[in-house]
Amino acid sequence: MLLREVQYARPGSVEEALQALAAHEGARALAGGQTLLNVMKARAASPDVLVDLRDLEELRGVARTQDGGLRIGAMATYAQLMREPAVGEARPILAEVVAQIADVQVRNRGTIGGNVCSSDPTNHLPPLAVAQRWTMHAAGPAGERDVAADEFFLGVYFTAIGPGELLTAITIPPGGSDGFASVTLGVDGTCIANAAAQVRDGQARIALGCVGAVPVVVSSPDEVRAAAPDAPADVHASADYRRHLAEVCARRALEQAS
Amino acid sequence: MITVRFELNGEAVEREVDPRRLLVHFIRDDLDLTGTHVGCDTGNCGACTVLVDGEAVKSCMLLAVQADGTRVETVEGLAANGESSPLQQAFSAAHALQCGYCTPGMLMSATYLLRNNPEPTEREIRKGIQGNICRCTGYVNIVEAIQEAARK
Repeated sequence: MLLREVQYARPGSVEEALQALAAHEGARALAGGQTLLNVMKARAASPDVLVDLRDLEELRGVARTQDGGLRIGAMATYAQLMREPAVGEARPILAEVVAQIADVQVRNRGTIGGNVCSSDPTNHLPPLAVAQRWTMHAAGPAGERDVAADEFFLGVYFTAIGPGELLTAITIPPGGSDGFASVTLGVDGTCIANAAAQVRDGQARIALGCVGAVPVVVSSPDEVRAAAPDAPADVHASADYRRHLAEVCARRALEQAS
Repeated sequence: MITVRFELNGEAVEREVDPRRLLVHFIRDDLDLTGTHVGCDTGNCGACTVLVDGEAVKSCMLLAVQADGTRVETVEGLAANGESSPLQQAFSAAHALQCGYCTPGMLMSATYLLRNNPEPTEREIRKGIQGNICRCTGYVNIVEAIQEAARK
């Protein structure tokens, strides 16, 4: 497929990347490219400049935080998260979930930052981010700011990362026990329904993917049907059946977390 | 145009390339290595799988400029000395292909798998070639061929 004409920038630092993003209104950050290049083929996105983040080693680090949480660079790939000892120690559910994304080749390139920034309602990580209250660290022309996962996902393909901004890292707070469940198109395929759960001090927090533009939060599987009035209908599931699957996923995720 | 330099199957390559050019088209149309196939062009089928810095990737979801400074291996590199690799021989012996369109991608994914996991279980093999679609064989002989290559 021939893409629309595009310029290419390869910054050597976050600062240079921000300059490149600010210099062109139609600039887009290129992380793993496993979504962006395909939407460019479909002409669903037509950036003027691709700002390739490949050389920004500072965006790839994965480390425990002082309080026992986890800080993950936005450019960490799924394959990297599957083998990082810090992930296995602090938040094994993350390694478990990213291992279900697509296939080997995609996991070798796709990044955690790209997954959340694409804000596709069928993605695996947005519900996990919301259930576990991730903090998103963004850098932009006005400096750095933190965005709570609850306020990060704004719509389909739409997040709090504004023009000229860059998601640099994600912090996952410590504590709680986790679960995740999904119903997919074939093994490790696109999610028809999914849910992430976290139980903390006896309180459950469940985030549902696939039933709204952004993750929907409930505190019990019994609330799922009422909480998802806008569940989409498509060839894979009617709206009502998708709500049913969401409830099933919520129960399974909660069971794993309990 | 941007200058890209990378190592392709052990040989240095330097070319001017349009940033919008996908790696798979660069390999096939500019470098004339047509072993790497374009199947779906949407990242689903895996026929375009190559190794970049030792990692299996779909070359239709990578720009040629993103390969700058890397080491790229295509199916042609498997038999670089003129002799088929043990994996290729096992594909032949086990009749692991029918139309053959998916085979270059299968070989690259299986090469990646066996390098990182020389004794995979059947489940690990199936997980390893999950990103490669074959519409002919039903995968049985492909899995057998990879098992056979692992035994050698």
